[in-house]
Amino acid sequence: MPDKKPISSVNDFVVRFANVNGSGSASANEMFARAILRHGVPVSPRNIFPSNIQGLPTWYEVRVTEAGHLGARGGVDMMVAMNPQTWDKDIAGIEPGGYLFYDSTKPMPSTKFRDDITVIGVPLTAITNSTYTDPRQRQLFKNIIYLGSLSALLDMDPKLIEQLIGEQYKGKEKLLSSNVHALHLGRDWALQNLKCPIGLRVKKSDKVGDRIFIEGNSAAALGAVYGGATVCAWYPITPSSSVAEAFTAHCKKYRHDPATGQAKYAIVQGEDELASIGIVIGASWNGARAFTATSGPGVSLMTEFIGLSYFAEIPAVIMNIQRAGPSTGMPTRTQQCDIIACAYASHGDTKHVLLFPEDPAEAFEFAAAAFDLAERLQTTIFLMLDLDIGMNHRLCRPLKWDDSKQYDRGKVMTAEMLDEGRDFGRYLDVDGDGIPYRTYPGTHPTKGAYFTRGTSRDRYARYSEEGSVYADNMQRLVRKFETAQDLVPRPLQANAAKPTKYGVIYFGSTSPAMDEAIGLLETRGHQLDRLRIRAFPFHSSVASFLAEHDFVYVVEQNRDSQLRQLIVNENGIDPVRLVPIVHYDGTPITARYIAKAIGDHQDHLKVTPLRKAVS
Amino acid sequence: MTYIAKPKFHHPGLKKNELGYTHRDYEGKISTLCAGCGHDSITASIIEACYELSIEPHRVAKISGIGCSSKTPDYFLGNSHGFNSVHGRMPSVLTGANLANRDLIYLGVSGDGDSASIGFGQFAHSIRRGVNMTYIVENNGVYGLTKGQFSATADRGSKSKKGVTNTDNAIDLVAIALQLGATFVARSFSGDKSQLVPLIAAAIGHKGASFIDVISPCIAFNNHAGSTKSFDYVREHNDAVNRLDVLVGRDPIAVDYAPGTVQVVEQHDGSKIALRKIDADYDPHDRLGAQTFLQKHAAKGQIVTGLLYVDPDAEDLHAHLNTVETPLNSLEADTLCPGSAALDKFNASLR
Ligand SMILES: Cc1ncc(C[n+]2csc(CCOP(=O)(O)OP(=O)(O)O)c2C)c(N)n1
Ligand code: SF4
Repeated sequence: MPDKKPISSVNDFVVRFANVNGSGSASANEMFARAILRHGVPVSPRNIFPSNIQGLPTWYEVRVTEAGHLGARGGVDMMVAMNPQTWDKDIAGIEPGGYLFYDSTKPMPSTKFRDDITVIGVPLTAITNSTYTDPRQRQLFKNIIYLGSLSALLDMDPKLIEQLIGEQYKGKEKLLSSNVHALHLGRDWALQNLKCPIGLRVKKSDKVGDRIFIEGNSAAALGAVYGGATVCAWYPITPSSSVAEAFTAHCKKYRHDPATGQAKYAIVQGEDELASIGIVIGASWNGARAFTATSGPGVSLMTEFIGLSYFAEIPAVIMNIQRAGPSTGMPTRTQQCDIIACAYASHGDTKHVLLFPEDPAEAFEFAAAAFDLAERLQTTIFLMLDLDIGMNHRLCRPLKWDDSKQYDRGKVMTAEMLDEGRDFGRYLDVDGDGIPYRTYPGTHPTKGAYFTRGTSRDRYARYSEEGSVYADNMQRLVRKFETAQDLVPRPLQANAAKPTKYGVIYFGSTSPAMDEAIGLLETRGHQLDRLRIRAFPFHSSVASFLAEHDFVYVVEQNRDSQLRQLIVNENGIDPVRLVPIVHYDGTPITARYIAKAIGDHQDHLKVTPLRKAVS
Repeated sequence: MTYIAKPKFHHPGLKKNELGYTHRDYEGKISTLCAGCGHDSITASIIEACYELSIEPHRVAKISGIGCSSKTPDYFLGNSHGFNSVHGRMPSVLTGANLANRDLIYLGVSGDGDSASIGFGQFAHSIRRGVNMTYIVENNGVYGLTKGQFSATADRGSKSKKGVTNTDNAIDLVAIALQLGATFVARSFSGDKSQLVPLIAAAIGHKGASFIDVISPCIAFNNHAGSTKSFDYVREHNDAVNRLDVLVGRDPIAVDYAPGTVQVVEQHDGSKIALRKIDADYDPHDRLGAQTFLQKHAAKGQIVTGLLYVDPDAEDLHAHLNTVETPLNSLEADTLCPGSAALDKFNASLR
């Protein structure tokens, strides 16, 4: 018996699988998460994987959460330790009173365990070897066997797992039955030899509702399909590659002409990011909706073209699935670290629109909206995801589409309008909103043609280095950016139960951890109003929120508090009133982390004179 | 205003093509390049080819990178849209434009600096993708716009205006285009209108990646013999002042010679190049033969000109991607958006 009382919890715990990359564990682990969902219990899984293909450690963490907390929690209640390389670290990470599940085929010396945890050994290798002769089968089915044992230990309904296996191997009867067989091998062994269930249990519930379970990258790619993107050019980079791959898959499903089988889209794997954004800009210049998906290093390469998009006013959509930088950084770890790099990408005075979805549902909506915005504003729109939303399955509300929606193609002057005698100056601000009209190439035999260039020009697109002409243009671009404020998704505010002088600003994938942290902070006696920023340029309500609070915490996942810098810069606010709360080790921020950082600061504020409190 | 518009006056007696357009309809703004620049002669040949083909000028999209050569699209087809993109990236912009609307004619104009150095990758990949375009490199062996540094097509051992000797080997873009599977490959000389015009016309008619390398002397940096230092000083290479070039300009070099013969051309700086026009019985359908022919004559110090290779059955990128005939830029929500019913189904598959 462990010297600490075993954790006892129904539908609220964290299981972490430690595996070796390339061992085929991913699908069994994902099935575990899905099986819990089928019990009606929300889960929030996370992949923690290395930036190599084979051999290095990989973890998959499943947070089982009746309360529906979808951020990472931190800590591990049950470790499924299948990787000898990381054994010591894995054992150390278990919460006191937690559980260790391991392959007991080879006995382990007692020094390798901890006294305050419950150790559960299943001779997985022995069971597998006595059943299968083929080495690959042995490796793959071992994963299903531990899934079976876990189902018994956690009191899960095996029918629900069988159902999932059935869906996965539909039409492949042999695979289906052999997987079900492996599941029961592990399950039966556990039922016969172990005390099942343990203190952690899954009980059927009804907390999932109609929510869907999807990765942000797939949702964003579908948003591009719904948003009418017809050209995609990309270059492989983690964690964004699955956007283009998903776009390809969605297009194959939805975008082939039924009569001819021809594609209503074009996807090009560019030779690099320079070509990818070049293709996007060429296509958009010519009136198609086009996008690319990349990550930090790709954005760095694209900046010259992004400047062209800004200055020559050509629509472009860039989905930036952020990962830890700088340079190659940690390619498979998450951060929100490209805020400044994207907001001001390229040389000279530039500013770009950024959209910050909080989950796959918003990734879908914002991706679709990005194409309307790009054409309306004739500029680059960044959809800022990160690895945590992009590559992890998240539970979110179902995706929605309004069938009456038409695309906003922006201000395009047609041949008819030109024939009516409308004055066409490519950079004329006819409506006072800073947005000029454009014409597509080939519109009219004698009217509306112009020369697009990255060099300075006058309102009629005629090359000019005249200072006043240049300044006039740059001012109009500022006006256009002001117009953008009211077109982009607005911040969402939620106030504390009691009036408070304190606020918190956050964005993107921090959202679920923040929601949970607010609850934790309340139990510590701290009340905070919150504002979730969903886009840059900042809506005027950001300034109001700042004005209404003495101190505002800005929670983000990068070292230098980049969103805070942007707020200070764009709102001219006293930086002292914006308190940075940063997390940047590459793992997703947790509620525990936020609550501790803000809570400690709040306690400090209460007892310390103002000057010290803010230093 | 620093640009110079052409007078609108049309001579009533001007010859018209099948569509009723005159030469003037294919012209653009007045060139601001140095008088005598080979690039202007290429502009003239493009105008001539488009006129002869009776192309509707506005159905052409002309795309370039950055450089003196890349400025030239402003000087032809004034009624068509032009795009002076960024240095070396014309091919990707053109590829995107072409994907968006397969119905237009795409003319890509680039320099040897633009295409053989910073844009070497983009050049190669647009060719290997088979983008339906006419890709013209105006090849002067130097960076004109940044005042005379060597480009990657400059011969090893050649001397720059500043007296520096080039120690790097030259890239032959034609050889590379052949190797990469371009389905139309030609080389010509800016001053040889009788050869260049039909080549451009044929390239435009070709459905696939057409590449033409045009040797195009640079008067400013290939004219050490006659120029003074003050020329460099005055010439700022921007449109605001470079009409001053007229003061030191030369007549453009023109040549006309028979197939199968070699013509030695003296450039502005006094250096000589030997152009060999391919024989009338040369077989332009043999890619390997073309490569050998090119190499053999290069070894003799001769630059082969003419249509080196063509595949009349070429397929373009749209064929490779099996895209619909309707230009992608004209598809709207009704055909592009799968709608809410499909989305409900999709949601259901994720539970
Ligand atoms: C990224 C970048 N690097 C450098 C330059 C400067 N630049 C402008 S044109 C040019 C070279 C042009 O040479 P080429 O393409 O041969 O054209 P030419 O002027 O000789 O016709 C260079 C290096 C630039 N515009 N952008
Ligand atoms: S510098 Fe050379 S390439 Fe440029 S315009 Fe003058 S002659 Fe032509």
